[in-house]
Order: sequence, then C-alpha cells, then structure tokens
Amino acid sequence: MTDYILGHINYWIIVLLMMIGLYTMMSMPNLVKKMAGMSVFQTGVILLYISLGKVEGGTAPIIDDGYVLYANPLPQVLMLTAIVVGVATTALGFALIVRIKEAYGTLEEDEIAAMDDSE
Amino acid sequence: MTSTLFTDHLAAWLVILPLLCAPVMVLLNRSKLVWLLNLVVSASCLIIALHILWDVSTGTVIHYAMGGWTPPWGIEYRIDGLNALVAVIVSAMATACAVYARKSVEQEISVHVHGLFYAAFQLCFLGLLGIALTGDIFNLFVFLEISSLASYALIAMGRNRKALNSAFHYLILGTLGATFFLIGVGLAFAATGTLNMADMALSLQDAANTPLLLTAFALIVVGVALKAAIYPLHLWLPGAYAYAPSVVSVFLAATATKVAIYVLIRCLFSVFEPDYMLDTFLPDILVVLGGVAILYGSLRAIYQEGMKKMLAYSSVAQIGYMVMGIGFLSAAGLTASLLHMFNHALMKGAMFMAVGLFVYRVNTATFDNLKGMGREMPYTFFAMVLAALSLVGVPGTVGFVSKWQLLQAALENRHWGMVMIILLGSLMAAIYVWKLIEVLYFQQPEKLRVQGVSSGSERIGRSPAGMVIALWVMALGCVYFGLDTDLSLHSAQYAVTELLQGRGN
Repeated sequence: MTDYILGHINYWIIVLLMMIGLYTMMSMPNLVKKMAGMSVFQTGVILLYISLGKVEGGTAPIIDDGYVLYANPLPQVLMLTAIVVGVATTALGFALIVRIKEAYGTLEEDEIAAMDDSE
Repeated sequence: MTSTLFTDHLAAWLVILPLLCAPVMVLLNRSKLVWLLNLVVSASCLIIALHILWDVSTGTVIHYAMGGWTPPWGIEYRIDGLNALVAVIVSAMATACAVYARKSVEQEISVHVHGLFYAAFQLCFLGLLGIALTGDIFNLFVFLEISSLASYALIAMGRNRKALNSAFHYLILGTLGATFFLIGVGLAFAATGTLNMADMALSLQDAANTPLLLTAFALIVVGVALKAAIYPLHLWLPGAYAYAPSVVSVFLAATATKVAIYVLIRCLFSVFEPDYMLDTFLPDILVVLGGVAILYGSLRAIYQEGMKKMLAYSSVAQIGYMVMGIGFLSAAGLTASLLHMFNHALMKGAMFMAVGLFVYRVNTATFDNLKGMGREMPYTFFAMVLAALSLVGVPGTVGFVSKWQLLQAALENRHWGMVMIILLGSLMAAIYVWKLIEVLYFQQPEKLRVQGVSSGSERIGRSPAGMVIALWVMALGCVYFGLDTDLSLHSAQYAVTELLQGRGN
C-alpha cells in the first residue's frame, strides 16, 4: 500500500493540485478567483504530461555522446502548445472580466445573476 | 507548379486559407472589403471541401502529412467520407453566414471592430474545419481550443450585457471540457505511446481493459460531451446562443455542437473499439441522456419568452436525437445521427437567420414585441415556417428524413420507450412551433413594436437582400433535401460503412 502511494507520489500530488483548481473554479463566486482556479487546474495537467515523459535516470532530450537515456521529449513539446492555449484562454477570460466589471459594476457571480434576473 | 501547389496540398489549404486571411482582415478593417474577403474565403473553402468529398466518395482515403513529417511522428490529415461530410457542412454554413452577415453585422456591431469580428469568425471556422480534417488527437485539441476561443470572443460581441456573462460562463465550462479532454488524451498517450488516431486505434485493439484506459475513455467522453452540450452538460448553450450577435447564433447553432458530436463519434468508433463501450454502459447512458435531452429541451423551449432562447433549448433537444442515434450502436442509428447533423444545421441555421431578420427590423426577439410581425414580413415568415415544419418533422422536409431514420433504428433495437420519446419530442416541437406561428401571424400587432429605430430609417420598410437570399437558400434546402434524400443519405450511409469497417488504414 505504501509502495502504491509512494511509487506514484507525483501523480497523487498532481491530482490533488487539479482538484484544488477544479474546486476553486466551481465554488468561488468571484470571477477572478474562478480564473485563478482554472489556471491551477491547467497547470496540474501540464505537470501530468511532463511527469509522463520522465524516464528514470534519463537526461534532457538533447543528443550527446555522453548519454544513452533521455526523457521523452514529445510531452514537453505538447505542453508548450498547451501553455500557449492556456495563456490565450486566461487573457480572453480577463478581458471578459474587465468588460463585465464595466457593464455590471461587480465581479460576484451571484450579484450578476440577481441583476440579470431583475431585468 | 501552381497547380500542384494547390492540388497536392488541398487538405492543408482548407485550414491555411482562413488562417492567412484572419490577420489580413484585422489590418484591412474596412467593413465592406472585409465582408467580401470573408465571403470569398468561405466560398473557396466550400469548393475545396466539396472537391475533397467528391474525391473520397470513390472509396479513397486522403492521407496528407503536414509539413512532410510522416505519421505517426508528424501530424497527419486523414480524410474519409465522414471527415469530408463534416467539412462540407461547416464550410457550407460558413458561406451561407457570409452572405447573410453584411447588414446584420453593420447593425449589431460597432463599425470599428468589424475587422476583428470577421477575423474571429474565420478563426472559429478554421478551428472547426481543422477538427474535421485532422487525424492527430492532440492537434484536434488545439483546433478545438482555437474554435472555442474565437467563439467566446464572438459571443461577447452581442449588444446585451448578458452576452458578456454568457461568454464568460461558456469560457469556464468550455475550458473545463477541453482540459478534461486533454487529460484523457494524456492518459491514452501514456497507454499507447502515440497521438495519431489510427495508430492509437491499432495499439488499443490488443490493449487489456486497464483502469488507465477506462479513465482516459471517461475523461475524453465527458470533455467532448461538455463541448457538444449533451443534456446535463448543456448549461452554457442557451445563454451563449441567445445573446450572441445574430450571425454568430446562426453559425454556432449550425456547426459548433455538430463538430463536437463528430469528435464523439470519431473517438467512440475509430479510436476506441466499439466493443469497448459495451463494458462501460456508455451506449445505455447515451440513449437515456438523449431521451431526457429531447423531453427537457422541448419542454423548456415551450416556456421561453424570447425566440432565440426558445431555439437554443430546441437545439438541446435536437442534440438529444443525435446522441440517441450514437447510443443505439447500430449502422442505422449512426446514419440517423449523421443525417440529423446535416439536417439540423440546415433547419436551425434557417430559423436563427429568420430571427436575425426580425432582430434587424424590430431590434428585439421577445414574443411580446413581435406580435403580428409575420404579416408584415411575409417572406421571412414563410421561410421560417418551412424551417419550423422541418423542426417538427413534417414529411417532405429534412427533419422528417432523419427522424424517420432514427425511429427505424429505435424499432430495430426494440427500444420501445425511445420510440415513444421521439414521437413525443415531435409533438412538443409542434407545440412551440405553433406558439411561434400564432404570435407572429395571428396575434394583433401592438404599438410598442419598433424600438430604437429612428423614424424614416430604411430598416423599418425593407429587409436587406443578402439576408433574405441566405435565409431562403437554407429554407429551400430544408425542403430540397427532404424530398431528394439521395445526396445527404448516401453520404451519411457511406461515412457510416467506412466508420464501422474501414478501421486502422
């Protein structure tokens, strides 16, 4: 049992991180905090991929005579793309938050919903 | 030289053309010029997509290695009947929207962002085309996010401030879905060591049913279901469709969820074995969710006060029909789903176009303010009635063809309860469609109708030709493909045979 937990300790921590992000995203009424939760969640996924590519005893994937064992470079490259997507999403999200603040004067989800309903 | 540059790279042009034009549009930023460019690009993409559909209809599968990197290392575009069909649906709708867009955009969106609007439209279009064409599952995720990001921006351009809130909700839920999909792809990659969908399918054939694969499968399905707005995960859809600018409502309602349904079909039948689903109760879940979606969506549609919200909830119900067809796990069910994808794009596109015309003339889409408008805008009203009859499933319209197919599939599988639900769904559709007709045609007009329109504005008297033409093309499409089912039915049947037999090549 301890082996099962310690042997996958990186995945346990990553899943914990994802769940913190997901919970923040779902439970917080403040839009900025939702975005923060989303970023934590996405970072968890990035770490998951990097973890997948790690090879025990392997070095950075740059071909050199001194080494025979390399980490898998593919997940790292994929995550470069995922980071770009994440940045774009966050930027768009914050742009929307600025506009929402201008239009409603608040960033609390329940207050916005109340204003929408009363119209 | 130039001819081979085009013919050899046909599949790539389909994605690159809109991608190149989007920044040009931002730089031009002159409303009419950008609109024209948008129309030309969309129409060119439609021609290329039709050409590809023609090519693959002889049984060949187009393999295109992006940048010359051979699969499974590079990104491969693998186009069979199903991919081509989805690409044709998307580009046809984009072209219709491009014809429709000019006056509607001029009215609804402030003039200094027209360049940005059309650029975002092209990016959304390119993302959806990319999803339809790519054979690489990570590339699919990237295109999914390109189209989603562009659609958040497009929705936020709606005039009501609720559009901002809806766009933000969609952003949160859409990103959640995409991230689930990404985790699922990561786990599937860990199990198979490849991202090429055909290659992944080969490795999965021999793979044991491990918890790792099951988790990957579940995450991919949930992620895509969020994007496709399948019943309990549909919460972003009504707001997003209702408050977006008219053109965006038309385009998204006609394409975005359909493409997500395509991704679901592709993942369930091409990547994972169909047998794989049987161990997970997924087919039963899909059938039940489809049934609930039909009843819930139709019921909510009946009680809406605004036309756009009503159509949005009706979309939730129509997605239910497609999901149910997938859940039947039979060739007939899948054919019905694909056919309904095409048919629903036509009829919901036409409905939203008609609503867009009402919005153009009267500046609102709530029932209270539209009383008797059908008599003043007979052409728009009549086209809308054609599309609405199709939504109910009256014989002679496209809606009948796909619902008939779905009924046959349900009877074949002896799902008696689902047969009842499909019929009940049509009945409920008849109720909300009748409500629409009654308000528009039989109720007495009220004084308050015209809002925010200066007197003497030409808008009050005339509907712009482009919008009416696009609407009528779609409405006549609803009737034409309802009478002459050869083209659509055969494409769908052909795609399904390929999907069920031609695995792994």
